[in-house]
Amino acid sequence: MTVAADQPTALIRLGRFLRDNPVIPLILLLFVLIGVLEYMRPGIVNERWIGNTIKFAIPLAMLAACQTITMLTGGIDLSVGVVATVSAFVVSSLTPLLGAPSAVTISLAAAVLVGLVNGFGVGICRVHPLIMTLGTGLIATGCLQVYQRFVIATGSEIPSFLEWLGTGRTFSLPNALFLFLPFAALILWGLARTGFGRLLYAIGANENAAKLSGVRSWQVFLALYTLSALIAGITGLLYVGMIRAPSLSLANPLLLPSVAAAVIGGTSIFGGRGGYSGTIVGALILTVLGTLLTLLQMPEGARRLLFGLIILAVTALYVRFTDQS
Amino acid sequence: MTDSGAEPLLLDAQSVSKRFGAVAALSNASLHLRRGEVVALMGANGAGKSTFVKILTGALRPDTGHVQIKGVDRRVGSPAEARRSGLVPVYQEPSLIPDLTVADNLRLGDTDEAAFRHWVAELGVSDLNLGEMIHRLPLATLRILDLARALASKPDVLLLDEMTAALPTDLVEKVLKTVRAQADEGLAVIFVSHRFPEIAALCDRASVLRDGETVGDLPIEDGVEDRAVELMLGAALTPGQLAEDRDAHVPQTATGTPRLKVSGIGLGGKLTDVSFDLHPGEVLGVVALEGQGQDELFDILAGFRRAETGTLEVDGTTREFTHPADAIAAGLTFVPGNRAEALLMDRSVRENIALPFSARLRAWAGLPMKREAARVAEAIERLQIDTRAQGEVRRLSGGNQQKVTIGRWIATGVETLLLFDPTRGIDVRTKRQIYPLVRELAAQGAAVLFYTSELEEVQLACDRAVVMFGGRVVDIIDAAEADEPTLMRAAYGLPRNAPAEAAS
Repeated sequence: MTVAADQPTALIRLGRFLRDNPVIPLILLLFVLIGVLEYMRPGIVNERWIGNTIKFAIPLAMLAACQTITMLTGGIDLSVGVVATVSAFVVSSLTPLLGAPSAVTISLAAAVLVGLVNGFGVGICRVHPLIMTLGTGLIATGCLQVYQRFVIATGSEIPSFLEWLGTGRTFSLPNALFLFLPFAALILWGLARTGFGRLLYAIGANENAAKLSGVRSWQVFLALYTLSALIAGITGLLYVGMIRAPSLSLANPLLLPSVAAAVIGGTSIFGGRGGYSGTIVGALILTVLGTLLTLLQMPEGARRLLFGLIILAVTALYVRFTDQS
Repeated sequence: MTDSGAEPLLLDAQSVSKRFGAVAALSNASLHLRRGEVVALMGANGAGKSTFVKILTGALRPDTGHVQIKGVDRRVGSPAEARRSGLVPVYQEPSLIPDLTVADNLRLGDTDEAAFRHWVAELGVSDLNLGEMIHRLPLATLRILDLARALASKPDVLLLDEMTAALPTDLVEKVLKTVRAQADEGLAVIFVSHRFPEIAALCDRASVLRDGETVGDLPIEDGVEDRAVELMLGAALTPGQLAEDRDAHVPQTATGTPRLKVSGIGLGGKLTDVSFDLHPGEVLGVVALEGQGQDELFDILAGFRRAETGTLEVDGTTREFTHPADAIAAGLTFVPGNRAEALLMDRSVRENIALPFSARLRAWAGLPMKREAARVAEAIERLQIDTRAQGEVRRLSGGNQQKVTIGRWIATGVETLLLFDPTRGIDVRTKRQIYPLVRELAAQGAAVLFYTSELEEVQLACDRAVVMFGGRVVDIIDAAEADEPTLMRAAYGLPRNAPAEAAS
C-alpha cells in the first residue's frame, strides 16, 4: 500500500525471513556453539563426539516432542519424565519373567493408561494441563514405588534389541536413529499434513473458533495426551537400553530440559505456534551446551546457573527476533 | 433551554466529542440536568450512547467540550473520584464482586449499611441476607442491590444504564416508583433506555443522540415516541430511493417444509416464546436493539447454548444441539459478530477456511492437500478475498477477515447460514460485496438468518425481517414494507400501524 510496505528495510525483511523460517537462526546458534567447543578444546569435534551428541539428544528430543505437541494446544505434559521411567522400569523388571514382547507391551500399556487419565482430566474435566500432568506424574511415581516392592526379587534384564538400539552404532552413528528418524518424520508430517495436527494448532490459536467450526476439543485432548504418554513410554524403552541401569528416577532429569528444548525451538507455551523441527535443533543445542559447560570445569552450581541464564537469553532473543513482522 | 437560569445546572455537558482512531464516536453531544429532573438518553445502536456515558462517568476523557458537575469540571480519575463528584452510575452488568458476601461488598464500597437496607426493602427485595455470597444471588436481585447501594451513597446525579433490562415487571415498577419519588425530592437522574413505556412513566425529557450528535431534547408528552424515532433516524431515505438501491430480487413466497422452524424458544429472562420459520432460498433478517435477546437466540441456533423451553426443527425433524458440532451436522453454520472469536488470527487463510474439514474424527488422518487447496481456492475466488497477506489472518483488513469467516462455510457447502451482524465495522466496498453474495447463496437454495444492526440492510439483503424486543418476537415484516422508520418503531416495541402517517 505505502512505499514502506513495498520496500521493507533490510531488518524487517530479515525479521520476516526468520519468522517464516524460524529454524535457521537456531541452526546457526548450534554451529556457533560447536565452534566455541572446538576452539576451547581443539580436536574434540570428531565422528565419535558427533555420534555421542546425537545419541544423547535423541531421548531428549523425543520427550520434547511430547512438550511440543501439548504446547501447541497451550498445554504441557509434566508427566513424561515419570512415564518414561515407568515404562523403562516395567520393561526391565518383566523381561526375565515374561519375555521381551510381553514386557514391552505391558510397559507401553502402563504409559498409555497415564495418558488416558491425563486426557480425561484435561479434555473432559477441564483441569489445567500443568496441574493434571503434575498430579498423574506424582501418582505414577507412587505406583512405581509400590510396584518395585513386588518385583524386587525378580532381578532385571533389558531386552537385547533395546540395548542394540540404545548403545549400538552403525557407521559410527547411533542405532537410535533407526527409531528416531521415522519418528521425527511421522511427527513432522502429522503436524503439517494431518487433520489432527491442524486441530492442535487450531485449538491452541483459538479454542472458541475451533469449537465454532465443530471441533469437539475433548476428543483432541484425549488423543493428544494419550499420544504424548505413548511417545514418553517409547522414549523410556530407548533410554533404558542406552543407560542399561533401570532406576526409580531414570528419565526424570530429562523433564525440564524437554520443556526447555521445545521453548528454545520456538514453540509458544501459549499455543498455536511452533513446530517439531525447531524442537529437534533445540534438543541438540541443549546437549552441546551441556558438553560445553562440563568442559568449563566449573563447580556444579555455577554450571547450572549459566545453563539457566543461557536458556533465558536464547529464548528472549529468539522471541524478540522472530516476532518482528 | 436557557430560560430558567435561576437554578444552577447540576450537570452540564457541552459539545462533547470523542474519536477512536479514524472513527468519530461522538461529534457534538450535550446534556444538562437540573435538580429533580429525570432525563432519558436515547439513541439507536452505534449512536454513541456508551461513549457518552463513559465520558459522563469519567471513564473516558473527551477530545473537545467539557463536562461540569455542580459547576466543577469533571476530571478523569478513579471510580472513587467519580463517586465523590456526586454522579453515581448503575450499569446493566452488576458491579458487585461475585466471591464476596453482600456485607463485604458494602464495606468495600464504604456504603452505609442501614441506608442500604432501607433502599433494598423499598425496592421490593424483602428477604436479603447480608451474609450471602454475591454469586449465589439471582441477576435481578443484583441489579436491585446495585441500585440500592447507589441510592445509599446519596448521589446528586444517578445514571441508570439499561438498568431495567431483564428485570421482572413487578421489580421494574418498584424501581421506577422509587426513582421517581427520589427525583421529586431533588435527585437528578439520567435514564439510558430503549423502552418507551418506562421513559414515559419516569422521565421529564428525552435527549436523543444520532451519529454522535445530540439532535433533540424532547419534553415527554403524547406522541413523543414518533418524534424520538424520527430524530433517531434523521434524514431517512425515502422508500423510493431505497427501492432503486436495492438489487432486483423478488422476495420469495415461502412454501413447503421450512429449513428451520423455531417454536417457543425461551431462555431465562433473555428469551421468551421466540418462534419463526426460515425457508430454503430465503434471507430472513433479524432486527433488534442491543441486548434484546438476539445474541442468545443465535447462540442457541449455533449450538453454543441450550434453550430452556421450545423446540428446533430442521427440515421437519426435531433436533437438539449440545455442541456446535451438532448444529453443523444439521447444516446450521454460524458467523459470529466478533471476528476475533471465529478466527485463528496467527494462522493462515487456508487453515482458517479449511478448519471445519478436520473437525470430525474420521478426518483426523492425512489431509487431501490438493482437494483442500482446490476448495479453499474456490472460496477465496468466490468471495474475492485479498490474499496478499494470507500467511496470517491478523494481517488482513477487517472486511477480508469477515470474508474468511464466511468463506469457511462456503467451502464446506452452505445449507443454513447464521450471520450475526456480518457487516459491522467493515468498509463499504466489502459490504456491497456481501449483500449480493448472501442473495446468491439464497438463490442456490441456502437459508440465511441475517441479524443486522444497520436497518437499511434489511431491504438490501432480506426477504423478511423478524423484529425482537425484550426477548420476544414483536413483529415479522416483509422487506417491501421494512423501511427504516417501520423497523425502528418495531424495534422500540411500538405498534406498526398508527405511525405511518406520523412519520411521513
